[in-house]
Amino acid sequence: MRILVCVKRVPAPGARIALTEDRQAVDARHLPFTVSPHEECAVEEAVRIKEGHGGTVVVMTLGPAEAEEQLRYAISTGADEAVLLATDGSDWDPQATASTLTEGVRDLELAGDPFDLILFGNESADAGGYQVGIRVAHALGRPVISGIKGLEIEDQTLVARRETDAGFEVYRLPLPAVVAVKEGINLPRYPTLPSRLRAKKAEVATSQPTGRPGGLAMLRLDTPPEAESSTTILGRGPEAAPAIADLLEELGLL
Amino acid sequence: MSGVFVFVEHDSGSPSETSLQAVALAGALTEVSAVTIGNCAIGGVERHVVIEHPLLSDHAPEAAGEALAQLCQARSLDAVLASGTERGNEIMAHLAAILDLPLAAMVTEIRPSGDDWELTRVRWGGSLLEEARLSAPLKLATVAPHAVEAAVRSEEVDAEVFEPELSDELVRTRVVERVTVSEGVTLSTAPVVVSGGRGVGSPEGFRVLEDLAGLLGGAVGCSRVVTNNGWRPHSDQVGQTGTRVAPNLYIACGISGAIQHWVGMMASKNVLAINNDPEAPMVTRADYAVIGDLHPILEAVVAEVRRRTGV
Repeated sequence: MRILVCVKRVPAPGARIALTEDRQAVDARHLPFTVSPHEECAVEEAVRIKEGHGGTVVVMTLGPAEAEEQLRYAISTGADEAVLLATDGSDWDPQATASTLTEGVRDLELAGDPFDLILFGNESADAGGYQVGIRVAHALGRPVISGIKGLEIEDQTLVARRETDAGFEVYRLPLPAVVAVKEGINLPRYPTLPSRLRAKKAEVATSQPTGRPGGLAMLRLDTPPEAESSTTILGRGPEAAPAIADLLEELGLL
Repeated sequence: MSGVFVFVEHDSGSPSETSLQAVALAGALTEVSAVTIGNCAIGGVERHVVIEHPLLSDHAPEAAGEALAQLCQARSLDAVLASGTERGNEIMAHLAAILDLPLAAMVTEIRPSGDDWELTRVRWGGSLLEEARLSAPLKLATVAPHAVEAAVRSEEVDAEVFEPELSDELVRTRVVERVTVSEGVTLSTAPVVVSGGRGVGSPEGFRVLEDLAGLLGGAVGCSRVVTNNGWRPHSDQVGQTGTRVAPNLYIACGISGAIQHWVGMMASKNVLAINNDPEAPMVTRADYAVIGDLHPILEAVVAEVRRRTGV
């Protein structure tokens, strides 16, 4: 199995988000960065498939030069090769991102073997466009399914599970295919010290693509207005139980 | 504008609440037509187009995107909207990819400006807002769930049928099997969610949350820390990378209230925080709070509820 995983560098979830003065970006000066959560799981899934079936895992990102850090992290958790499509750090819209990643896939497949499987995260934690993986799949003419929380390979067929309210749906896709996965498909491993050292020395193939902007242009970012909240303290400790039960009655829940 | 189509999701013949929110957002702009896959009763729109094809008898996102693309080519439309649900976002992304048009996902406001749309969309699952310009001959967007009130259900309109031509090859990404794991109350539709965070302390610590949820006909949820620790399955996780919930009451037990959790439950009508830290963001943003150790509090609540209901 030759597997490609496309990842994105984003501020770590849980970090408090502040904006730059011109409101064109998240103020990154004091933020830790990470691989977007769904994509961290995509890397783990690719490494598990490799461990079960043999093969190679290539990880690719479109992002600023600093995104090399996230590629090296992916290598430290089991990916074999890394490709950086370096931007100037500006915000690329989903169409420009998808067409550039598609070119990246084509270049890699011209230089080496075709990919059996290309994994994406379902949506990036920051921009949340829900579309890049699907666009790349259409451009490559390959089947794609998104929202996936379970994957197995049986012969040349991919069995994919998507969670529903009551259980899950099953899809069977012929390979080669594209899948967008969600957090929860696995619990990603942590890198070991030797794997970190190996990742430090790994080669990152870097190029500077020129993107063609699509039709969705970001103008500026805003923090949502904080809703006026005044908290009613119902009490302290177990003595507050009757007050909670009163609230449940008031809301028609008892 | 000559019209906006809203792709309406439905369950056993009844349109989904979030799809009716998309209808309401579109209705503020212009005349709205509804498009559904398979028939469902829908009112409050000018027209209703039903897409019918054997391939679409179960969820088949590629085929659905292709069917919508053919409908767009057959009619002169200004825009297609859908709700920003898992399926809505997915089908619209297929449509956008097929037509090679931009797609604005998770929109909360649309302001036509000449031939373009200026719009507001959510980033970080709702922790940030983005002002953007959408320029395209046919505008495609999904509407962030719970951003606007749903359209009022009114008299049903007659449906016209549209039959797309779909290649058999598209069966490759169609549901082949459905497995039911839990019957009854689900996290996303429960009237009460009893949710636990780091403060619950262990997998066993969730027992009293399960007891209370059971008594109230609700569901148990949790924060990301809990699933990362392996205390609960990921399907219980509420937040940006988990399930979005909008219950009548969200009971947050031992959850500090990081923004990525908050955006998953901020559509709740009422929030009760139980936490020993009165300064926790969840406490200061909640409607109601009880300060103290969550386990004795929840045990007392379970006992009080049993006493009042006689269960």
